Amino acid sequence: MNKNNMTITNVQEELIDEFSLFDDWMDKYEHLIELGKSLPLIDEDKKTDDKLIKGCQSKVWLQSELNNGKIVFTADSDAIITKGIVAVLIRVFSNQTPETIVNADTGFIDEIGLKEHLSPTRANGLVSMIKQMKLYAVAYQAAQK
Amino acid sequence: MFPVEKIREDFPILSREVNGHPLVYLDNAATSQKPKVVIDSIVDYYSNYNANIHRGVHSLSQEATDAYEQARKTIQNHFHIKESKEVIFTAGTTHGINIVASGFSALLNPHDEIIVSALEHHSNIVPWQMLCERTGAVLKVIPMNEQGVLLMDVYEQLLSEKTKLVFVNHISNALGIINPISEIIDKAHKAGAAVLIDGAQSCSHIQPDLQELDVDFYVTSAHKMCGPTGVGMLYGKLEWLEKLPPYQGGGEMIKEVSFEKTTYADLPHKFEAGTPNISGGIAFGTAINYLHSVGFDKIAAYEKELLDYATEELLKIEELKIYGTGAEKTSVISFNIGTIHPYDIGTIVDKLGIAVRTGHHCAQPIMDYFKIPGTVRASFSFYNTMEEVDKLVSALKRAQLMLS
Repeated sequence: MNKNNMTITNVQEELIDEFSLFDDWMDKYEHLIELGKSLPLIDEDKKTDDKLIKGCQSKVWLQSELNNGKIVFTADSDAIITKGIVAVLIRVFSNQTPETIVNADTGFIDEIGLKEHLSPTRANGLVSMIKQMKLYAVAYQAAQK
Repeated sequence: MFPVEKIREDFPILSREVNGHPLVYLDNAATSQKPKVVIDSIVDYYSNYNANIHRGVHSLSQEATDAYEQARKTIQNHFHIKESKEVIFTAGTTHGINIVASGFSALLNPHDEIIVSALEHHSNIVPWQMLCERTGAVLKVIPMNEQGVLLMDVYEQLLSEKTKLVFVNHISNALGIINPISEIIDKAHKAGAAVLIDGAQSCSHIQPDLQELDVDFYVTSAHKMCGPTGVGMLYGKLEWLEKLPPYQGGGEMIKEVSFEKTTYADLPHKFEAGTPNISGGIAFGTAINYLHSVGFDKIAAYEKELLDYATEELLKIEELKIYGTGAEKTSVISFNIGTIHPYDIGTIVDKLGIAVRTGHHCAQPIMDYFKIPGTVRASFSFYNTMEEVDKLVSALKRAQLMLS
C-alpha cells in the first residue's frame, strides 16, 4: 500500500506490530532512538519560538502545512527519546485529513508500551504536541469550510 | 563502620522493586524517604489521639496538643533556638519564605534593596520579585563562578545602607554547594540588613546552630529530613516576628475579635492561622529524633564517603562533566554526559530501577549560566550504599552506549 494512502488505523496497527517484535525494553528503546535519529531535522533557523512547545524537561518544535487536503507535520526535539516518540506521532498523524486528525485517539501509544511518556507529569512536551496537532487540524478544518 | 545495611531496614520503601530492579533511590535532594518510626507516628496519631489542638478542654485534645508542642520543643532544641515561640510551624520552606516576604512588604520602601544569590531555587526568587513589584524595592543578585561558588567580593560591593534583606540558600539544590552563610550573615548585619537562610537542602546533612549563626530567619521542610510532606519550620528572631504583620487571618491566630477590632494572638500562634498539620508536626519531631538516633556526625562522615566515591567513579565515565565543583559541598552531584540530553539519561536509568532527577531543578538561572538545558542530578542520603553508586555508574554507561 502506498504510504500516503494508509488510513490512520493502518499506520497505528503497523506501529503496534513493529513494536511487538521487541521482547525487552532495551530493544524497544533502541528502536525508538533509531526512529528519533532518522526523523528529518528542522533547520535551526526555523526552530522559532512560535513553533516551540516548551516542556519542563525537553523541548519540541512542531510545524504544519496543508498539502492536497492533508496536513503534513514536521517536528523535532532536543531529547532523542522524546524525538523518537515525536517520530511515532508524526507517522500516525502526518498526511491525514484534518477531520481524521481531530477524531484520532492516542490509545496506540499505550499498546506499544510508551504510555508513560504521555503522562503530563513527564513534562516533556509530548502531551502539548498532540494537543497542538489537533488544534492545527481544527484550524485547517475551519479554514476549509 | 557505618551500619548502612541495618539502617536500610528502617525504611520500608527501600525493599521495593522498580521496573523489575531493586529500587536505587538517588533523588534525596527532592525528598527523602521515611523510616518506619515516622510512618508509625502518623498512624498512631490518627489511630489513638486525633483531636484539634490548643482549644479543646477534653483529654484527647490535650494529648494532641502536648504531642504537637513537644514536637515544637524538639525542633527548638535541634536548631538550638532560644525560645520555642520563635519556632513557627509552616506548610514547608516555600510557605515560610512567603510569610517573611509578605511581612516585609509592610516594611519596605521604594529603592530599598534586597539581595539574593545566583544559586537560588525558584521558590527563593519569585516571592522576592513579587515583593519588589509590590513595594518598588530593587532585587540584586550575588553572582557565582564556574565552580558554583558565590563571589563574596561582589556581595560586599552590593551591600549598602539601602540593603534591607539578604536571602541565600544554605546549600544549593541544583549543585549541592554549601554557601558561606556565617560570613554572609555577618556582612549583612554590618550593613544593617536582615538575613533569611533557606535550609531546605542543608537540614538533612547539617545541624545548624541558629543562635550561633545569629541569623534573622531560617526556613526548612520536614520532608527533606525523613519527615512527612506538607510541614516545615520558620524560625525568626523574636524581635522580627513581633515586627512582622501576620500572613493569614483565621482561627488560632487571634486573641480577641469584634467587628471593630481584632487583636492578634501571641507568638507563635500569630503566624499559625487555622488548624495546622497536626500529624505532620508530630511526625516532624519524630523524624528529628530518628536522625539523632543515627547521629548527624556519622551521617555527615558517611555521606562524605559516598560523595567522594561517587565523584571518583562518575568521573571515570568518558565525557561526563560535573557542575558545581566547589570544595564545600554535600552529597549531591549534578552532571551531564557529552551532549546527551538529561531527559534521555533519566529515562534509561529509570528503566534500570534508578531514580535520579533531571531537568533544571527549579533553578533555571543556574542552567542559563552554564548554557545547558538541565542536568542529571544524583543526590545521596545516609541510607544509600557504595553498591548503589556502582549500579548508577553501570546504568549510566549503558545509557551512554544506547544514546550516543
